[in-house]
Amino acid sequence: MGIRESLLLIVFLPIIAATIAGLGGRWIGKVPAKVVTTGALMIGAVLSWPIFFQYIAGGAQPTVVPVLEFINSGDLKVDWALRVDSLTAVMLVVVTSVSSLVHLYTWGYMEEDPSQSRFFAYLSLFSFAMLMLVTADSLVQMFFGWEGVGLASYLLIGFWYHKPSANAAALKAFVVNRVGDFGFSLGIFGTFLVFNTVSIPAILHAAPGMAGSTIGFAGMRVDTMTLLCLLLFVGAMGKSAQLGLHTWLPDAMEGPTPVSALIHAATMVTAGVFMVCRLSPMFNVSPTAMHVVTYVGAATCIFAATVGTAQNDIKRVIAYSTCSQLGYMFFAAGVGAYGAAMFHLFTHAFFKALLFLGAGSVIHAMHHEQDMRYYGALRKEIPFTFWVMVAGTLAITGVGFMGIGFAGFWSKDAILESSYAAGTVPGTIAFWLGAFAALLTSFYSWRLIFLTFFGKARWAASEHIQHAVHGDHHDHPDEEHGDSSHAKGMPREGTAGYHPHESPLTMLIPIGLLAIGAVFAGQFFHNFFTDAERAPEYWRGAVAFSKELAEAAHHSPEWVKLTPTIVMLIGLWIAWNNYIRDPSAPGRFVATLPVVHRFVLNKWYFDELYNFLFVRPALWLGRLLWKGGDEGTIDRFGPHGAAYAVGFGNRITTRFQSGYLYSYALVMLLGLIGAASWALWWASR
Amino acid sequence: MIGLTHYLTVAAILFTIGVLGIFLNRRNVILMLMAIELILLAVNINLVAFSAYLGDLTGQVLAMFVLTVAAAEAAIGLAILVIFFRRRGSIAVDDANRMRG
Repeated sequence: MGIRESLLLIVFLPIIAATIAGLGGRWIGKVPAKVVTTGALMIGAVLSWPIFFQYIAGGAQPTVVPVLEFINSGDLKVDWALRVDSLTAVMLVVVTSVSSLVHLYTWGYMEEDPSQSRFFAYLSLFSFAMLMLVTADSLVQMFFGWEGVGLASYLLIGFWYHKPSANAAALKAFVVNRVGDFGFSLGIFGTFLVFNTVSIPAILHAAPGMAGSTIGFAGMRVDTMTLLCLLLFVGAMGKSAQLGLHTWLPDAMEGPTPVSALIHAATMVTAGVFMVCRLSPMFNVSPTAMHVVTYVGAATCIFAATVGTAQNDIKRVIAYSTCSQLGYMFFAAGVGAYGAAMFHLFTHAFFKALLFLGAGSVIHAMHHEQDMRYYGALRKEIPFTFWVMVAGTLAITGVGFMGIGFAGFWSKDAILESSYAAGTVPGTIAFWLGAFAALLTSFYSWRLIFLTFFGKARWAASEHIQHAVHGDHHDHPDEEHGDSSHAKGMPREGTAGYHPHESPLTMLIPIGLLAIGAVFAGQFFHNFFTDAERAPEYWRGAVAFSKELAEAAHHSPEWVKLTPTIVMLIGLWIAWNNYIRDPSAPGRFVATLPVVHRFVLNKWYFDELYNFLFVRPALWLGRLLWKGGDEGTIDRFGPHGAAYAVGFGNRITTRFQSGYLYSYALVMLLGLIGAASWALWWASR
Repeated sequence: MIGLTHYLTVAAILFTIGVLGIFLNRRNVILMLMAIELILLAVNINLVAFSAYLGDLTGQVLAMFVLTVAAAEAAIGLAILVIFFRRRGSIAVDDANRMRG
């Protein structure tokens, strides 16, 4: 089977499966629905890896598979076409692999859920949209996939639609993404205006020629390429939860954990990074836009890392970690190290999906308790989950030395070295912020491990555990907010007689496979993504790979190369010191610096700020238009006014209907006289 | 010499009396029926007068028809009046107001 046939199968099997499971799930039953969707994605994964290896081997050319004509109107020509090159091949592998593993994992995780076929249909729908996005040959098709994944994300976050918090989170994700999508669509319009085409290869070909030209925007003359890149980057910021538009991502954890792993860690949120890399020749034309990308990425990286240190909900810690790692990818792209950005995307997909699915396994074992303050001492109870979580943590913190290391070691080092080697001001700032964020990453990742798996069991205070122990009917199999469902204060110690159970095999196999990826992905593939000699052969212009930057990064000073390892060890030491050696230390720290703790715990008050700046005024404006505009003006003078006028008129005219014969006769007579007079008068004219 | 104008004048006066009898009479439905007869008679006088004046018999024939119709109408009106009286115990015009909206 050639690349074309494989590609068609990879992309379109999930949508067929989603249709079958979604529309027919009621009739075919949940097991066939699960088999169809999982099978479709597994076929996709099996077909994707050979494509990837063909590009690794260097034998494959970029291929475009035309499917259908989409729009043909005047100058605007858009076709449905699937494009595969080395960049798409990476994304194909990531999307299909993680998606098929998450499908399989969901078999175990959602075992008791009544609407599983709907869930699997959504998952497959998401996979289809994501594959459309990564195989896009034109910006319009990319936008189609972009909106498709947004829709699937909305549906999946709000999957448990009976929970108000899940609905609110789904709406928030949708609305915040709309801000980004607005920028993205403006960027597409602008690109069409400037280049007269939306075909990505044509745009990238023409982009360097547009350097230095200006365009009128909002009454000013601005640099064309800077404007276009920044508008497109706004879209990327929304989808990839960068600082400012990040607020939806932590709330998206309301969705089931497999969703968090697939959409909000491994694939959809990396779409922004993918887009910047796909359009890298365009971004390279505008240094200003590149600086903005670097600054935003670095700021997100450090911001999310600080917030992650103080969260208690295990999923929220990992969510902020995702946000932070996306910051890494963006500032790597911002300094021009697109290879490193894509490499981190690739490795991150494995270890972050692993961490999420592992967290799901812990949550499963702890009877839907998500608050890490009520964990502890789970190492012996769920050993497999423990070991794969440790593998994921080793990968994300970047453990490795002298050419042997876990996945994150390779990709994070490549990013930090590249940003240092870029030698620009933003690059240097990003390097230091990134190094500090690496310290925090190490701290919060190990904090998660220590709180969850080490120390003494603190399960007794958890309401979920008490439910489980006392045999209450646990009729809400939902992951609830750790913070909201518990009394504040230090949890009591003790197991309360609860025995955590290891998850079923359908959950353990995907985690195990992802763990293999998290351990070895960096070791095996780093050459093809970032090496100055091998990478250009691999990328072949699919991203604007800079050989000079890669070489400079390779020859960066020894202390730069050691920095990630050193900060990782410092973070590990701080975490060990605070959560193993002296568990009372965090409490003392909070008591000493309550302001800092509260600031970080409340996520830098972003939600409160947005609430004040946007939500309240929007509500106020809405109420004004509702009460004043709709009810006060339109209703009052429209329907209500007309109804009142009719009633008033009726009251007047009913007076004429007295019921007395003589008054009727009088009216008749007067009418007759009037008619006769009119006729005579008319006749006399 | 009594000419067409005099006949028409008498007819107009009779007609006006009949109309006023309908409108001003609030007490008795029989008076109202009589006022209608008066109006019809006024019309008849007009018809006959014009017939004689124009030398055309059609008007007189029509007057005969009107008399017939008036007789029938009076019979029906009195019948309605009897039933009305049975139901309401009164023949006052002001009591006949059931058609009010």
